[in-house]
Amino acid sequence: MTSEKKGWGLSFPFILWSVGFTLIPLAVITRYAFTDPDGGLTLDNVLAMGNRINGQAFLVSLLVAFICTLLCVLLAYPMVMAIRRLNLSSSAFILIFLILPMWMNFILRILAWQMILSDNGILNHFLTILGLPKVFIANTWLAVIIGVTYDYFPYMMLPIYTAVSAIEKDITEAARDLGAGTLGVFTRVIFPLSLPGLFSGITMVFVPSMTSFAVADILGGGKTQLIGNIIEQEFMRSSEMNLGSGLSISLMIFMLITLPVTVGRSGKEEGSRDI
Amino acid sequence: MSDRPVLIHLEHVSKSFGNSLVLDDLDLTICKNEFVTLLGPSGCGKTTTLRIIGGFERPDSGRVIFQGEDITGVPANKRPINTVFQKYALFPHMTVEENVAFGLRIRKKSREYIREKIDYALKLVNLEGFEKRMPKSLSGGQQQRVAIARAIVNEPEVLLLDEPLGALDLKLRQEMQYELIRMKNELGITFIYVTHDQEEALTMSDNVVVMNQGYIQQEGSPQKIYDEPENAFVADFIGDSNIIRSTMVRDRLVNILGIEFECVDTGFGENRPVDVVIRPEDIVLAPEREGALNGEVTDVIFKGVHYEMCIMTGDFEWIVHSTRRSEPGSGVSISVDPFDIQIMNIPESEDEEAVKLDI
Repeated sequence: MTSEKKGWGLSFPFILWSVGFTLIPLAVITRYAFTDPDGGLTLDNVLAMGNRINGQAFLVSLLVAFICTLLCVLLAYPMVMAIRRLNLSSSAFILIFLILPMWMNFILRILAWQMILSDNGILNHFLTILGLPKVFIANTWLAVIIGVTYDYFPYMMLPIYTAVSAIEKDITEAARDLGAGTLGVFTRVIFPLSLPGLFSGITMVFVPSMTSFAVADILGGGKTQLIGNIIEQEFMRSSEMNLGSGLSISLMIFMLITLPVTVGRSGKEEGSRDI
Repeated sequence: MSDRPVLIHLEHVSKSFGNSLVLDDLDLTICKNEFVTLLGPSGCGKTTTLRIIGGFERPDSGRVIFQGEDITGVPANKRPINTVFQKYALFPHMTVEENVAFGLRIRKKSREYIREKIDYALKLVNLEGFEKRMPKSLSGGQQQRVAIARAIVNEPEVLLLDEPLGALDLKLRQEMQYELIRMKNELGITFIYVTHDQEEALTMSDNVVVMNQGYIQQEGSPQKIYDEPENAFVADFIGDSNIIRSTMVRDRLVNILGIEFECVDTGFGENRPVDVVIRPEDIVLAPEREGALNGEVTDVIFKGVHYEMCIMTGDFEWIVHSTRRSEPGSGVSISVDPFDIQIMNIPESEDEEAVKLDI
């Protein structure tokens, strides 16, 4: 047996998994998406994304995902740069500290945020002690953004951290040697070299944050409707399998079109450019 | 020391990392337009000295004086000094010309000026036509040249080179040695070069600073370091040597292995123990009983230009270089001309040796 064939054999469990839990469900959803409840072919389900309620939810989701991704990026870089300055043992400590919440269940973390942000929650308790006015963040879009950002932050920070920590000290010293200050070293050397990490961070944060309906339900109090909430409602509450599938498919098509644009950009950065 | 004006002066510089003292009260003067080499085994403090000059490390005590000004606290990006790093440290996301233009763009030079400088620098390092290449598509030697071009376009007062040829093969290394000398003469800037390779140091330098364990062991021209090593460490580190514990009988007479030899050194007192250095190529071989010391050839290796032979006289083994081969087992005799005998004081302890040399 050739080694290539052996490789196929070893990947059999994964192939079985993919077929059972990705390909078959995808085929089922696609079938539902393009048919009506009576089984006739139709494009109505897929095009339903264009109607007012669905379209609005879609745009809100895009906005939430954009803000959350941006916040994650803006929080991740200073964090990564601070860790880079630390010695090895303390940076390992900080990383574990960051990853620790990821071992907790996702719903539990969101419920914890609900306790912190609710009108009589921990945050307002502290504000009252300090003699400051209460804030009413619970059940607003701001709470959704806080929750989503918190949830996906590690997925943004870790790939950026990996990319930045692979940059050798020699390279940043060379930039400094050639006259770059702290900001110049970051913008001209560290940031461009971290782009592969940034792009994998974006793909891991942007798409899931568009559809995190559980966060919108728990922290947004159902007032903020993400496209994920609508799809969930079609399936779970209205049993509109065809419409839910249609919306899923059109969302997926949107992702497939936009993602290569982002990832393609990272490829271009590595090529040669003129001055 | 040369008659050139002083450019850099390290004053009583000390540096330790954790518990290990890397530099201890180091004093070093570097003159304008000199090619200075800091030479020593790994861990001798030479790279730390270079990093202190470059502004990458701050000394624990002492001052760095540059053209009469104290620059101890000035960061690397504000010093008129550029560095060629040991592992090239090219920016992997930039083309050759973007790498070279890096420092000029930071200093907001005009497009035309940058273009002109890139052309000049790439021509100087023989890399014309490589402008659009990425660093990873270049060989080690080419990457090293880009690193040099990237440093010199900024017209620094001083170029620091940290074992820049360490990763190249022998032939390329020799070529680059000539190139560096040519560039230094063409550019008229000061080169401070760090290496553990004594041949590199002797080939290129105007001034060699031999370092060990954070102390300067000897400083001087390559010829002086080679011909007149001040102590056994320098003699042993630079080239092959025969170092023999001997007795200075009186001025110009030394007793080596029981035989009295004429020499040219004075001022070591009478009947004082000394170390004697005799270079292998300075030993004159003669048939048995015609020279001063009789011995037997124990080993012969052909080295190309000469034969390297081991000769036992009593219980001392000499290394001798000669173009004439003597058969192993044959009896020979050894003599040395008076001016080829180099007398050195014996250090009484390692610390004392260092303090004496540090003045």
